[in-house]
Amino acid sequence: MFKDITLGQYYPGTSIIHRLDPRVKLVGTLVFIISLFAFGSISAYIVATIALVIVIRISEVPPKFMLKGLRAIFILMLITALFNLFLTPGTELVRIWKLKITQEGLRMAMHMAVRLSYLIIGSSIMTLTTTPNQLTDGLETGLRGLKKLHFPVHEVAMMMSIALRFIPILMDETDKIIRAQEARGADFDSGGIIKKAKALVPLLVPLFVAAFRRANDLAMAMEARGYHGGEGRTKMKPLIYKTRDYVSYLIFLLYIAVMFLASRYIKIAWPL
Amino acid sequence: MREKNRNIIEGQGLTYNYLHYDEEGKVDASQLALDHVDLNVEAGQFIAILGHNGSGKSTLAKQINALLLPGEGTLYVDGNDTRDESKLWEIRQCAGMVFQNPDNQIIASVVEEDVGFGPENMGVPTKEIWERAEKALRAVDMWKYRGSSPNRLSGGQKQRVAIAGVIAMKPKCIVLDEPTAMLDPGGRKEVIETVRELNRQEGITVILITHYMEEVIHADRVIVMDSAKVVMTGTPREIFSQVEKLRDLRLGVPQVTELAWELKKAGLPIPEGILTIEELTQALDRVRAGCRE
Repeated sequence: MFKDITLGQYYPGTSIIHRLDPRVKLVGTLVFIISLFAFGSISAYIVATIALVIVIRISEVPPKFMLKGLRAIFILMLITALFNLFLTPGTELVRIWKLKITQEGLRMAMHMAVRLSYLIIGSSIMTLTTTPNQLTDGLETGLRGLKKLHFPVHEVAMMMSIALRFIPILMDETDKIIRAQEARGADFDSGGIIKKAKALVPLLVPLFVAAFRRANDLAMAMEARGYHGGEGRTKMKPLIYKTRDYVSYLIFLLYIAVMFLASRYIKIAWPL
Repeated sequence: MREKNRNIIEGQGLTYNYLHYDEEGKVDASQLALDHVDLNVEAGQFIAILGHNGSGKSTLAKQINALLLPGEGTLYVDGNDTRDESKLWEIRQCAGMVFQNPDNQIIASVVEEDVGFGPENMGVPTKEIWERAEKALRAVDMWKYRGSSPNRLSGGQKQRVAIAGVIAMKPKCIVLDEPTAMLDPGGRKEVIETVRELNRQEGITVILITHYMEEVIHADRVIVMDSAKVVMTGTPREIFSQVEKLRDLRLGVPQVTELAWELKKAGLPIPEGILTIEELTQALDRVRAGCRE
């Protein structure tokens, strides 16, 4: 029943965005996010919006999938906006009891709302068009430079891909334990949040024990197949840049240039 | 293809203790898992190791792959001492290992990537990894599933992928530690047939550890273990003619063998150590022909 779960919310497709090298997509997302925070003008946001719409169109992923990601962080966005709205000092606009809304606060709140929602949409384009495996591969190759700083790049990537492989297995296991305990009279469904949370404790203990046992088996199986860290390892599916990847990097440069010029020379006043 | 008369595995006086440590790191209990076991395997043979739980057979298997090192005695795999750390990766490449739980030994989320995992570790060039993966997947008849997720495969298919993962490392010998214990009868048959095929076609030495009697009747040699010692060794026929001794060791014999043995005890003139249904029907035909005369 858990076998069909899509991890990392990948949306299968064959668009050019899907086929891009994962490193390009990682860099692209990073460039986009930085551009949002580096240029804080309405004209810059318009450029970002146009770029976003074009990329969503090319990726052939229905936009509702990206909006789904927004819903998940709606509360966070609301809190951020409220804090900005009430706690930024400046010229007072409205005063409710002890809280005052300032012009600067309003502006800040709108900035943050745009930035956060674009950040989520931008990164969900990446996760929707890249399989989790490609993503870890991309991270491993892309962060190779960090190895000089003794950051365990290969190990982290290996852990991520193993975690992805074992999530469905552990979910199956959870399901089995729940049923085994329900068969002996455990109740997971009734009662308030606290009671439900307490009912989960006897579920977590066997789950953890099983996970450790699995980890032990897996470690032995990996060793038996000659795994000894990233040293001297070759790749079955190495990442190789193609023309489209180089073109994408050029487009990123172009995007930054347009963004820079737009926020420099086209001034659009804030509506407030 | 077969290289006969050369021992790929040579073990003398193997002894191994599982130690249990208390909170201060002192040994407070120990369990003898291997007690002066000798093991010699010729290249190209199909060896079966039988024994019930706790007889030491899994410990013996892990010695061959150098996952565990002998406490006493020596073990040579293809001429390399397992205690020699510089030969560790050579030994693991030479003697591949398949474990009991298919879920806990598949590392990647795509079948072909899992088969490539061993060669990747050995530093094989990309192009050759693909060639090896294709050959290995075809050998276990899983080529058409190369792009699937292991989670969607049946137990028998997963075990075949695990076997392919080992073959891709081009081992001379495969050790299978109860590969069928968690499978249904159909999956069990799939796996055993795959293993026999590899033994016959590719000449890979097979060491099959199991407690299913039906799986060992095709072996060249059967080794029976009990409480950390080798108690019987011989061809399947030699082993299974000693029905009573096997019963004392809490091991059954294949159902056909048991039936034949009971019939013989009841007075029918049937030869000892019958292993297959065909043999029994032939023997019974002869008995019937004898009665008519």
